[in-house]
Amino acid sequence: MSIEALVDLTGPGRYLDWRFIQISGANFAVIVLMLVVFVLALFLPFPGGRGAGKR
Amino acid sequence: MSRAPASGRAEERSTWTGWLRARTLDAMPPEHLLPDTQPAYVASWIYVFGVLALTAFVVVCASGLVIALKGPTWWQVSSRGHFVNSLHLWSVELFFFFMVVHLWGKFFMAAWRGRRALTWITGAVIFLASIGTAFTGYLVQQNFDSQWISTQAKDGINATGIGAFWNVLDFGQMLLWHVALLPLAVSVLIVLHILLVRKSGVVPPIGVDLDGRVEGAAAKEAAP
Repeated sequence: MSIEALVDLTGPGRYLDWRFIQISGANFAVIVLMLVVFVLALFLPFPGGRGAGKR
Repeated sequence: MSRAPASGRAEERSTWTGWLRARTLDAMPPEHLLPDTQPAYVASWIYVFGVLALTAFVVVCASGLVIALKGPTWWQVSSRGHFVNSLHLWSVELFFFFMVVHLWGKFFMAAWRGRRALTWITGAVIFLASIGTAFTGYLVQQNFDSQWISTQAKDGINATGIGAFWNVLDFGQMLLWHVALLPLAVSVLIVLHILLVRKSGVVPPIGVDLDGRVEGAAAKEAAP
């Protein structure tokens, strides 16, 4: 399955509306992805991260 | 070649070059500029986003140099031009992505602590200057998208009064801001930002000392 079949890039973008907030679906997806990456960065263990003092 | 002592003798400070060398070595000793160890608390994914943003910025500059050398006919028509143009766009997307996560991480650990205010301020100014650089990039695409963005933006910019000397419809002015002034400003600020990080060290998490231990734990251990 091609990426074009998953995401229609030829038509006009979709917008989300909440009262006075209007944001494109793409920008909203990026913000959600940044939040997910931020939370993962806080909780995922870092390779070789165990050990006290300087390394 | 032997290096002069960091503090410098009186005769070394009698010339401006000697004074500058002594001051530079006092402020930024080589072991701070190129450290071979880091505090234990740096072993966390949240600390990698600064260098990821820097890496994306290098790709932004390299791809920008190529499309500047080849010109709009190349990057709008040829397949290789399209590729490098897309590389430029997506590296900018990643630059902002990593920079925002870096900013969130530093905000929530109050990274301005420990006389690091200037590091925080330079980072904030880099963020603002980068927005200007990306915006002028949209204006100089030479397509319908840039026409739409510039005509929409002119009203907002004019309403602030900035439009009197910063005209988003002036292609030549926007192009020079995009390829010369703003990238130069962002690059200089990034160098300053990194030097400040190297000078003060990476900020520890709140409540943790430089050795990665909870503050006060050493005193409790030492107490009888």
